Amino acid sequence: MTANGWLQILLFLAAVAAVTEPLGAFMARVFARERTWLDPVLRPIERAIYRLTAVDETREMRGIEYGMAMLAFSLVSMLVLYALLRVQAFLPLNPQGLAAVAPDLAFNTAASFTTNTNWQAYVGESTMSYLTQMAGLAYHNFVSAAVGMALAIAFIRGIANERREGLGNFWVDLTRGTLWVLLPFCFVGAMVLVSQGVVQNLRPYDRAQLVDPQGAVTEQVIAQGPVASQEAIKMLGTNGGGFFNANSAHPFENPTATTNALELLAIFAIPAGLTATLGRMTRSRRHGWAIWAAMAALFLVGVTVCYWAEARGNPLFAGTDQTAGAMCPGGNMEGKEARFGIAGSALFATVTTDASCGAVNAMHDSFTPLGGLVPLVNMMLGEVIFGGVGAGLYGMLIFVVLAVFIAGLMVGRTPEYLGKKIEAFDVQMAMLAILVFPLVTLLFTGISAISPSFGTSSLSNPGPHGLSQLLYAFTSGTANNGSAFAGLSANTPWYNATIGVSMLIGRFLTIVPMLALAGNLAGKTRVPPSPGSFPVTTPLFAMLLVGVIVIVGVLTFFPVISLGPIVEHLLLQAGTTF
Amino acid sequence: MTTVRPHRLWQPTLMRVSLVEAARKLDPRLMVKNPVMFVVETGAAFTTVLLIRDAAGGRAGVGFELQIVLWLWATVLFANLAEAMAEGRGKAQADALRRTRTDAMANRLVDGRLDPVPAASLRRNDVVVVSAGELIPSDGEIIDGVASVDESAITGESAPVIREAGGDRSAVTGGTRVLSDRITVRVTSDPGHTFLDRMIALVEGAERQKTPNEIALNILLAGLTIVFLMAVVTLQPFAVYAQAAQPLFVLVALLVCLIPTTIGGLLSAIGIAGMDRLIQHNVLALSGRAVEAAGDVHTLLLDKTGTITLGNRQAASFIAVDGLSERDLADAAQLASLADETPEGRSVVILAKQQFGMRGRELAAAAATFVPFTAQTRMSGVDLDGREIRKGAAEAVMAYVRANGGTVPDALRDVVERIARGGGTPLVVAERGRALGVIHLKDVVKGGIRERFAALRAMGIRTVMVTGDNPLTAAAIAHEAGVDDFLAEATPEDKLALIRREQQAGKLVAMTGDGTNDAPALAQADVGVAMNTGTQAAKEAGNMVDLDSNPTKLLEIVEIGKQLLMTRGTLTTFSIANDVAKYFAIIPAMFLTAYPVLGALNVMRLATPQSAILSAVIFNAVIIVVLVPLALRGVRFVPMSAAALLRRNLLVYGLGGIVAPFAGIKAIDMLITAIGLA
Repeated sequence: MTANGWLQILLFLAAVAAVTEPLGAFMARVFARERTWLDPVLRPIERAIYRLTAVDETREMRGIEYGMAMLAFSLVSMLVLYALLRVQAFLPLNPQGLAAVAPDLAFNTAASFTTNTNWQAYVGESTMSYLTQMAGLAYHNFVSAAVGMALAIAFIRGIANERREGLGNFWVDLTRGTLWVLLPFCFVGAMVLVSQGVVQNLRPYDRAQLVDPQGAVTEQVIAQGPVASQEAIKMLGTNGGGFFNANSAHPFENPTATTNALELLAIFAIPAGLTATLGRMTRSRRHGWAIWAAMAALFLVGVTVCYWAEARGNPLFAGTDQTAGAMCPGGNMEGKEARFGIAGSALFATVTTDASCGAVNAMHDSFTPLGGLVPLVNMMLGEVIFGGVGAGLYGMLIFVVLAVFIAGLMVGRTPEYLGKKIEAFDVQMAMLAILVFPLVTLLFTGISAISPSFGTSSLSNPGPHGLSQLLYAFTSGTANNGSAFAGLSANTPWYNATIGVSMLIGRFLTIVPMLALAGNLAGKTRVPPSPGSFPVTTPLFAMLLVGVIVIVGVLTFFPVISLGPIVEHLLLQAGTTF
Repeated sequence: MTTVRPHRLWQPTLMRVSLVEAARKLDPRLMVKNPVMFVVETGAAFTTVLLIRDAAGGRAGVGFELQIVLWLWATVLFANLAEAMAEGRGKAQADALRRTRTDAMANRLVDGRLDPVPAASLRRNDVVVVSAGELIPSDGEIIDGVASVDESAITGESAPVIREAGGDRSAVTGGTRVLSDRITVRVTSDPGHTFLDRMIALVEGAERQKTPNEIALNILLAGLTIVFLMAVVTLQPFAVYAQAAQPLFVLVALLVCLIPTTIGGLLSAIGIAGMDRLIQHNVLALSGRAVEAAGDVHTLLLDKTGTITLGNRQAASFIAVDGLSERDLADAAQLASLADETPEGRSVVILAKQQFGMRGRELAAAAATFVPFTAQTRMSGVDLDGREIRKGAAEAVMAYVRANGGTVPDALRDVVERIARGGGTPLVVAERGRALGVIHLKDVVKGGIRERFAALRAMGIRTVMVTGDNPLTAAAIAHEAGVDDFLAEATPEDKLALIRREQQAGKLVAMTGDGTNDAPALAQADVGVAMNTGTQAAKEAGNMVDLDSNPTKLLEIVEIGKQLLMTRGTLTTFSIANDVAKYFAIIPAMFLTAYPVLGALNVMRLATPQSAILSAVIFNAVIIVVLVPLALRGVRFVPMSAAALLRRNLLVYGLGGIVAPFAGIKAIDMLITAIGLA
């Protein structure tokens, strides 16, 4: 580990802290339908949209209605994407003449982008036409993020509202989140990316003569496309679906250290900002910061372990110099880009899995066992360390409800969260929302692990490393992260179907109990706080929250990670690799 | 103060009964109500079948399997034992109460004639006559007469109490004994619904229903059980993948160790013990919900008299006027009070003795005539050797002075006004036409009450004093006692309105009361504690009855409610925190053959894989028994802020819960290795 590496990590965290409050305040205004400086431009567009779609923007929806609107919207969007994938060969903006996407892959991809997962069982540059990329995938990058934000805002309203059943209007939240938050930032972001060398065109792929021909191979195809516009929302919306297969390791997606830093910041910006939005909407800014602190603490632990494990290098190369120096990045550089180095890669891997982004700038499969354990555990904790846009916050708030419940009992009082009593129904919904993820992940990983014909046949490595690959795939899918450990040939009917189903369950079966919980909380009376009620603004609360998240996650997954990354690490120290 | 009747925890007779009861509770139809322990019982039954199969097949290693099976059954049995012990304590008390239930005859009054009927046949509105030495046959209200009654069967208090027709002391309880005189009682309960019947049912736990927080916690525990069930079930495929398929015995053992058996096994015992603790404080909670609500209370309505102040006002100082010395005033006041047997009068005598060393004089010899207090004169006093000393309400005595040709000095008026403004009561002393001075009577705040209110405030509980006094007086006492607020010149309607107002703001209110006009407020309050000496209406309106009729006990009730919730919360945390150590014991043991490097996770250095698994299972079972006393007594409660309380409990039960099993499992491993069990 180097001072420079730590400086990068700490500067990044400082930047996240700096954007949290302004962005959070801005979003609070946007979703409260208060005036912002963008109104002169956006308000007419917004009104036109409502007129066109016959939406009454003043109408409040209860939890069930909000959920139904969200499900209907997602279903239609998913079907449209599926259709687009199946017929792209007949549509324009397809200079490479790419064929229709196979049904299982089309289902998997449609589920993936609808759920903000962006798991990619395909190779972008050889599968998706420009039209599909722009109208299909980029569209979902926007709206799936906006849906996540809307749901988080609905949940916050449930906590903040006083005896009012309504959680807001889904259509309004969706529209305002897209128009006011996502579009303006992406517009600016795309411009900055272009200035750094990210391509933005609709040209056929270039062919370049190799300077140093490799036998019969004398030329290289260089893929092109409208990359910058998609790259911006890919990061800001914590989508993570790369335009190219190499994702953010590709020089056209992430050309410089500057773009790397900006992309990292874009991943955490909205999830961090939403904690401040929570603080403002519940009139307890310190509560927002307490949650931010819990997230930041978990982030720091993860990035420290990952950076340490990668910087330490490979024990099997004991004879070679693996220390960082002026001429050598040091550590385990397999699968990492030289322009990002160890710190830049470890930081990216941590951030992309803390948030449910899933973009990668290095191959997680090539990380050391412990370095690769960090992204895996980040996802296993439920994608709540800042987490996906919106999804991270409402996921975190479910843990908050549990933490508050336990804390309440420990201080001898019926638990209450910001003055709202946490009762049997609330605990039930919170537990349901938390149960879904481990159930689906463990079930499908388990079946795949003992099925040689369709399960283990896709693994590129035997032993514990193969188990890690399997586990990573289903964890990433169900947690709606979308990053891949690679090494697993996922484009098979079994994996396309099961990971597709995992993504849908992981997203929507968590949302349903979450909205039920929000709706129930909304209708409750707010009890004024007293010294007898447990404060949710203190470091103690942040620590308790971290404890609950870690205990739930670790207790659920300890057996399987001990058979995967942990045993692999121990074996590597003993000189065995897979 | 409170009479606490502690019982010993491990009484041999109680244990015998409890063990039988624990075995009876193994019935799956009863077990299914407790999802966590039901899973354990299912696991135990399942492994028993496997054991029989293996033993019949003559397989090696049956000894280990037998031990696992036995300990699994022991886990279930220990949990049942905890519940049975908690119930057993109530049952013993119920039996004692049942003995007092009377089979005697009652004298029913029909058309002016006494008609002997069995007490059990009495119905509501029957009228009976009870004479000295007889048991009162049923609950009722005295409609004629006055009697001293021995209520020790109900309250445990041996001193007899006076019960009389009319007013707030008219209620009598079936099963208590009339010691003197003769009363006519109208029966207010039907057979089987008397106070004694309800009390028996309550202490036996027959009517126990799960409280809201208990239900919520049960859901959490069931959810965790599902998570662990899933983690263990899917472990087998991963084990198969690692070419280390696990015996089912080991998987069941792991599951039982992981699911929260500690809290699952103790949960209902904690609830029963909470009710029982109230009973030991001589408080009957008519529902578990009320006990839980007591822990949540935000606002306590406390009657001034009896709760905050001692019952009566007492002389605090003498203020002489008109050039008289305080000593002379005290002398006159004492003379006027010597025959005054009211507490106020006695306090004047005592104050004079304390301040000036004046002893109570024997006045019978002198030609002294005492003038008692009447509502008309509002004065009392003495005529002695031609002197005529009077003391009484300011206006009355001033009128007396004027009537005797004297004038009232302005200084006296000032003093009277000052005392009244300060919340005291001025008693003016005069001798014919001359006003001597003023005795300052004060409410005396109970010792230590201020500190208790401060403790309550730290816990976030607001105290409101309720009094019939005028606002000035009330404010002064409120200030002295350190309550947060007061309600002066309070009528029962004001009380009810205050409760409603608090509840509308989402707060929970507790109060005590005894009179019939308290009944609506008692019914409205979230925790309404009726005094046992109170009227039948009050006792029916409240959800708790204090047999000692001590209003200060409300504070203890709140603490018991909090303690109940805290015990559940801390044991839940402890139970879950224990899992960390169990993983470190069992996981390396399971996969040591397939991956010898996993021995690195065996941080406790347990002897063999078998001893490791067995030690974890044994620890898991034994910890339930170890924690039974804590569950039944409740965790120690110290009034402090929620944040401080949480910090302490997280440290003790969270951190302790992680560390303790490492030591415990290691110790058990060493023990069973030494005696050759594994």
